[in-house]
Amino acid sequence: MTTTLDIVLWVVVPYVCLAIFITGHAWRYRYDKFGWTTRSSQLYESKLLRWGSPLFHFGILAVFAGHVMGLGIPKSWTDAVGLSESVYHAMAVSVGLLAGLATVVGMSLLIYRRRTNGAVFGATTRMDKTMYLVLGVVIFFGLWNTIGSGVLNLYDHYDYREGVSVWFRGIFTFQLHPELMAEAPFPFQAHGMAAMLLFALWPFTRLVHVFSAPLFYLWRPYVVYRAKSERFGARAPRRGWEKSEKTRR
Amino acid sequence: MRVMAQMSMVMNLDKCIGCHTCSVTCKQAWTNRTGTEYVWFNNVETRPGQGYPRTYEDQEKWEGGWTLTKRGRLRLKAGGRIKNLATIFSSPKLPSIEDYYEPWTYDYETLTNAPLQEHSPVARPMSLITGKDMNITWSANWDDDLGGSELLAADPILAKVSDKVKLAYEQTFMFYLPRICEHCLNPSCAASCPSGAIYKRAEDGIVLVDQDKCRGWRKCVTGCPYKKIYFNHKTGKAEKCTFCFPRIEVGLPTVCAETCVGRLRYIGLVLYDADKVLEAATVTDPKDLLESQRGVFLDPFDPTVMREAERAGIPRDWVDAAQRSPIWALISTFKVALPLHPEYRTMPMVWYIPPLSPVVDVVQETGEDAEEAGNLFAAIDTLRIPVEYLAELFTAGDTEPVTGVLKKLAAMRSYMRDINMGRPGDPSIPAAVGMTTGEMDAMFRLLAIAKYDERYVIPPAHAEQAHNLEELATECSLDYDGGPGMGGSGPFGEGSGAGTPLAVENFRVLKDRQTSDTTAGAGTGPATRVNMLNWDGRGTPPGLFPGRDGPPAEPRTESAPDGQDTP
Ligand code: HEM
Ligand code: SF4
Ligand code: SF4
Repeated sequence: MTTTLDIVLWVVVPYVCLAIFITGHAWRYRYDKFGWTTRSSQLYESKLLRWGSPLFHFGILAVFAGHVMGLGIPKSWTDAVGLSESVYHAMAVSVGLLAGLATVVGMSLLIYRRRTNGAVFGATTRMDKTMYLVLGVVIFFGLWNTIGSGVLNLYDHYDYREGVSVWFRGIFTFQLHPELMAEAPFPFQAHGMAAMLLFALWPFTRLVHVFSAPLFYLWRPYVVYRAKSERFGARAPRRGWEKSEKTRR
Repeated sequence: MRVMAQMSMVMNLDKCIGCHTCSVTCKQAWTNRTGTEYVWFNNVETRPGQGYPRTYEDQEKWEGGWTLTKRGRLRLKAGGRIKNLATIFSSPKLPSIEDYYEPWTYDYETLTNAPLQEHSPVARPMSLITGKDMNITWSANWDDDLGGSELLAADPILAKVSDKVKLAYEQTFMFYLPRICEHCLNPSCAASCPSGAIYKRAEDGIVLVDQDKCRGWRKCVTGCPYKKIYFNHKTGKAEKCTFCFPRIEVGLPTVCAETCVGRLRYIGLVLYDADKVLEAATVTDPKDLLESQRGVFLDPFDPTVMREAERAGIPRDWVDAAQRSPIWALISTFKVALPLHPEYRTMPMVWYIPPLSPVVDVVQETGEDAEEAGNLFAAIDTLRIPVEYLAELFTAGDTEPVTGVLKKLAAMRSYMRDINMGRPGDPSIPAAVGMTTGEMDAMFRLLAIAKYDERYVIPPAHAEQAHNLEELATECSLDYDGGPGMGGSGPFGEGSGAGTPLAVENFRVLKDRQTSDTTAGAGTGPATRVNMLNWDGRGTPPGLFPGRDGPPAEPRTESAPDGQDTP
């Protein structure tokens, strides 16, 4: 039994956010390559960044990998290879907790640094603040789900792999299950909703730097040469008057 | 053999008077923007001295440039590719703003709106980074002219010749070292860039940062041992000396060279064999790097080289220019120019003629004839401190090439004195340094009286494309992808949005100035500043004038503060 509200929240909103996410990135890449940067603030301060940034980044990348597993891989597959529910659960919760903790500590350091260092605070934009707020909410509920549901079992053995995950995959395979989200415990709903908001904001924040992760560096030659024809603004010469030999310097 | 052409520079240090004109004109041309306040593409250091940023030459500390692995292969000193990526979230060896200096302006406003009081009001220094009051403790040339002061203790080069330094304080010496990006043949900045945004132009070897591809990983700053990549803290992108490529392409010298008061800069092409660069940079003993780099350059008069150059698509007028190049003459014919810190193994392409003046000064102080060849030769042999110091700068510590050059300069000085006094030149003097009188005359011509077009031999970019590059009026200069559209700042702060060709930018800037009543600096938050040199008297920039009645005028602008991510 799904209400209109459920359909709006768990079908319309996801597609709208996805559309903004994709077209937003395309638009920004087309019109604002120059603004596409990490906007590093290390020049101003590096003692706190030295700890905060790697903790946060390694943490969030591990969290991301966890999501790929938890959301992307159907339960039937892990069952098929003989991974038992309890082993999977123990693994997910322990690794998830560790990664989540690193992320939260790292992010707290980063936010503390942003607020207390005059130079870094001066370089903080409104969009940075919005992004940190939404990211913070997403991470808070995400960690709460791991602890509240995974460790403390507050939600009656809710198995997100048979709820949230199926709904999430359905968005991409057009098998829509808004009812699964409507039934999910509130913290799971909040985590999902905040995450969709974050995806809609993504292209308009410094988070675009994630898509530039420079893995190609491992293979390319050290020194890059470029000839004129490849350079920006250059084009094939057109027909026209050539300078006479005599006036050449 | 793979012939490539490299635009390069030689500076004759004896002639530098340390006036900083080059730095100022360069800054006015390129880095008078928010975010680049501390950026000096050209800076002039007093040596001995700490340099800019402080102690940048201490590569054990900053880990710039290349090093040899145990297996004799070249590796970035800061670590290989994997380490480079693994440390991307926080760069371990990045100089902080304190290692440069905190840029500032003055609170000029109080001078005009302070109430009547017994003492005259003062304009206090304010940080351009935080917008708060600050104490000025350092700057890009804080130790200017302080040769001999206690600040020198931190000079990493002096530390290498250190034990003898104490006794040498009585014979203090000092000279100026103007520095730009070296446009290296083996640039470690480019090799450190994870995005591959830094590239070397195939035509003329100028090293540039693609502003649209730079993602602000700030690894190149560590990679460059000369610290000639700067991070624009407003745009979050790396910037560097461009060798004034828009000028070079139309045959004009760089701004620093054009405005140099001492006329000590030479610009020209050298041809080199790109296949030999890596091997030359990998020789085991750093003292061999000078010879190995010279060995990479190709003789532009050699018919084989000329033929290969043609095969490689180098236009004929460029080969002509390479033959007339003052750089080739100073580096390879007269062998008086030396590279700065060859031991970094980046194969730098801005070379220097070391200064004889520290030696001349000492001889003069003893009351002896400082233009007599014998006196100068003897002094060069005995004045170990200056010579060893120069050797640490230019030859990885090998004093022999340095004394060789200094003796040539001393010989020239003494030989030319006779001629200037109307006496016949003494051929034994050039002979003492292995030169003929003809060679000595030619070297003197190039070093002392060369005119503009002999100092700067710059072929314009290849003729077929010169039409486009010169941005002639026969084509609409607004005719490019995207057209002249949105003006000023893009949606993501200063300078964001699609790039514009240079001529259009000039056109638009001019038009803006003619039609608007705010200045470019208006409304940029706490760091607002007015550039008096660019200000054309229009409008009322904030802080420049008191308001008509009471408080200072507000900037009349609607634009969002810089760097705001507001779509
Ligand atoms: C995939 C590879 C990634 C790389 C290589 C990367 C790299 C960087 C770098 C170099 C900085 C600048 C740090 C500084 O010097 O100030 C940065 C900042 C930041 N990154 Fe990432 N990042 C990645 C992924 C992510 C992800 C997945 C997220 C979050 C969803 C993220 C969120 C942030 C945030 C919020 C900042 C700003 C930190 C601050 O200064 O407050 N990054 N990143
Ligand atoms: S001197 Fe210039 S070309 Fe050489 S490594 Fe530094 S920035 Fe790159
Ligand atoms: S303008 Fe010339 S003389 Fe003056 S500091 Fe620069 S290099 Fe030296």
